[in-house]
Amino acid sequence: MHGSEASRDGALGRAVERSIEYAVFGGEVGRRAFIARVGASAATAALASAFPLAAARALAQDKAGLPEKKDLKVGFIPITCATPIIMAEPMGFYKKHGLNVQVTKASSWAMIRDLSINGETDATHMLSPMPLAISLGVGSQSVPYVMPAVENINGQAITLATKHKGVTSPAQMKGFKFGVPFDFSMHNFLLRYYLAEGGVDPDKDVQIRAVPPPEMVANLRAGNLDGYLAPDPFNQRAVFEEVGFIHLLSKEIWPGHPCCAFAAKREFASSAPNTFRALLSAIVDATQYARDRGHRKEIAAAIAPKNFLNQPVEVLEQVLTGVYPDGLGNTKTVPDRIDFDPFPYHSMAIWILTQMKRWGYLKTDVTYRKVAEDVFLAGACRDTLRALGYKAPETTSVKHVFALGKTRLFDPDRPDEYLASFPIRKA
Amino acid sequence: MRRDRLRVAVYSMLIGAVLLGLWQAAVAGKPAGKSVPGPAAVAAAAAQMLAHPFYDNGPNDKGIGLQLAASLGRMAIGYTIASIVAVSLGVVLGLSPVLYRAVNPYVQVLKPISPLAWMPLFLYTIRDSAQAAVLVIVMSSLWPTLANTAFGVASIKRDYLNVADILMLSWPRRLVTVILPAAAPAIVAGLRISVGSAWVAIVAAEMLIGGTGIGYFVWNEWNNLALTSVIFAILAIGLIGVLLDAGLGRLSRRLSYQE
Repeated sequence: MHGSEASRDGALGRAVERSIEYAVFGGEVGRRAFIARVGASAATAALASAFPLAAARALAQDKAGLPEKKDLKVGFIPITCATPIIMAEPMGFYKKHGLNVQVTKASSWAMIRDLSINGETDATHMLSPMPLAISLGVGSQSVPYVMPAVENINGQAITLATKHKGVTSPAQMKGFKFGVPFDFSMHNFLLRYYLAEGGVDPDKDVQIRAVPPPEMVANLRAGNLDGYLAPDPFNQRAVFEEVGFIHLLSKEIWPGHPCCAFAAKREFASSAPNTFRALLSAIVDATQYARDRGHRKEIAAAIAPKNFLNQPVEVLEQVLTGVYPDGLGNTKTVPDRIDFDPFPYHSMAIWILTQMKRWGYLKTDVTYRKVAEDVFLAGACRDTLRALGYKAPETTSVKHVFALGKTRLFDPDRPDEYLASFPIRKA
Repeated sequence: MRRDRLRVAVYSMLIGAVLLGLWQAAVAGKPAGKSVPGPAAVAAAAAQMLAHPFYDNGPNDKGIGLQLAASLGRMAIGYTIASIVAVSLGVVLGLSPVLYRAVNPYVQVLKPISPLAWMPLFLYTIRDSAQAAVLVIVMSSLWPTLANTAFGVASIKRDYLNVADILMLSWPRRLVTVILPAAAPAIVAGLRISVGSAWVAIVAAEMLIGGTGIGYFVWNEWNNLALTSVIFAILAIGLIGVLLDAGLGRLSRRLSYQE
């Protein structure tokens, strides 16, 4: 239960008690006389023995905010990006917010999309471009989605097969076959961005295929892929299996980029607003818990079992703590290799939309900001963060700084100029 | 005859031992966990999984027995639906040569389509992954039964049908006492092929849709690159396939007749 709701519920509870006392004692005077004689708490206790106060309190609160639906299913793909969604079950964050959630593993992103659209899951783990694409009906039937929270920031990497140990720049990657988890993924957009910044046209000079993350290591080993930009643990797993090395962390492309997200159909959010609010509270609460680096080892142990990620704890620890072997003989320490920050800036959505446009996925003209505001619920996330007692950003749109050789600035107020500034693009 | 049987058993066991030996020799000396596991490792994993085949640890972690049961259940539903449809349709087509030739081109086009190719369409239209998987089974086990039933009914001896005409049997009686028994060997041969293809399809379908089932179990273990579990699951799938086939083989021996 978070701050303001707790105090509001407390006030409501007292109001209910008081009106019952009025009814029992016949008005303010009788009530005061009784309390003066026995004391306030004893008066309440005496009353409670004759009247089910707790029940009356619960009944009143029902109208004020108890979840409409408590038993929920939330879908996830077994990757570390889903950490808050998954850990919230074994570590009790859903319970804490009054929900009985079963997290359900799915086999691919297309399946995650269909399970959610078909209503087999109530809410779901998604790649942050997916709710935008589905809402616009790009690569899917058009269903309005909302995305009230980002799961993780950073947390991806480019892994190359061991035979490419000498490769250090995109120019050497011409002719490579790359895997990304899904067309509408930050992975795809960041890989394309990275290659294009290095002068490589991702549509002409290399091949990029959608491969479900769990199949990536096997494909790398078999030589079907030269590399991939994938979510963890599959980058670290390739190092663990001695079939690949980590070429570049995605945070070296865009420090603090959004990765995976928590999303639901707009219809779910509007038809069960209290459930949606409680679910969002649980997710944001878990995300903030994961943000604390001191908790990472404990989380790695909680999400490693078969029921969740089904991965060696050692690999998950290397990912979550950011102390890891890179497959080239070095041990690196990058504490923010993966980080957790729920705030869905509208500017992130606008960047994603510019890239969907850039690579020809989005063929029509849309008002970027309007789509961003409809889908990325920054306001709901801010309210939830504050209600839980965390700091939340004032502004929902910021300029994002991209790293790599020459630093680029993304100004969300000038998306068209930004798009026009790229020499390599489809549109 | 008896000596032959003994020799078959001995040869069979020898072949098995040689295969196991080759497998063990191929993986010997390789570091554990970094290459394909050997028979000993698979046996250890099998013992562990078979010790608790029915544990239930939430929707994403169930014992191998529950996984196989889920797959068999799903298959039973799809296979039953497919068999009823295929046998009914097969009888109608078998009795009417004109209709048979009219429908045949469509059957020929539909038959070679991999049942999994239907999956996206089913998911989109039915909007339920469990039912979509069952429909994939239906698609996989429809055609062999249909084709065999139609062929079996079409090749019933005219004499039998003429006798039925003379006796002026009612339609239901004619179906139950003449047509189905006469075509039974062909129908069961079709059912036997169908059960094999249904079992092949369910594993692949479950890999796509997820949830509970032996196919998804394989996928899930692959996700963890736990090849011992994958190999054990492959063996279990094969064994169940053999049992299903043997069951229908026994049925076909009971229903066969000499003209």
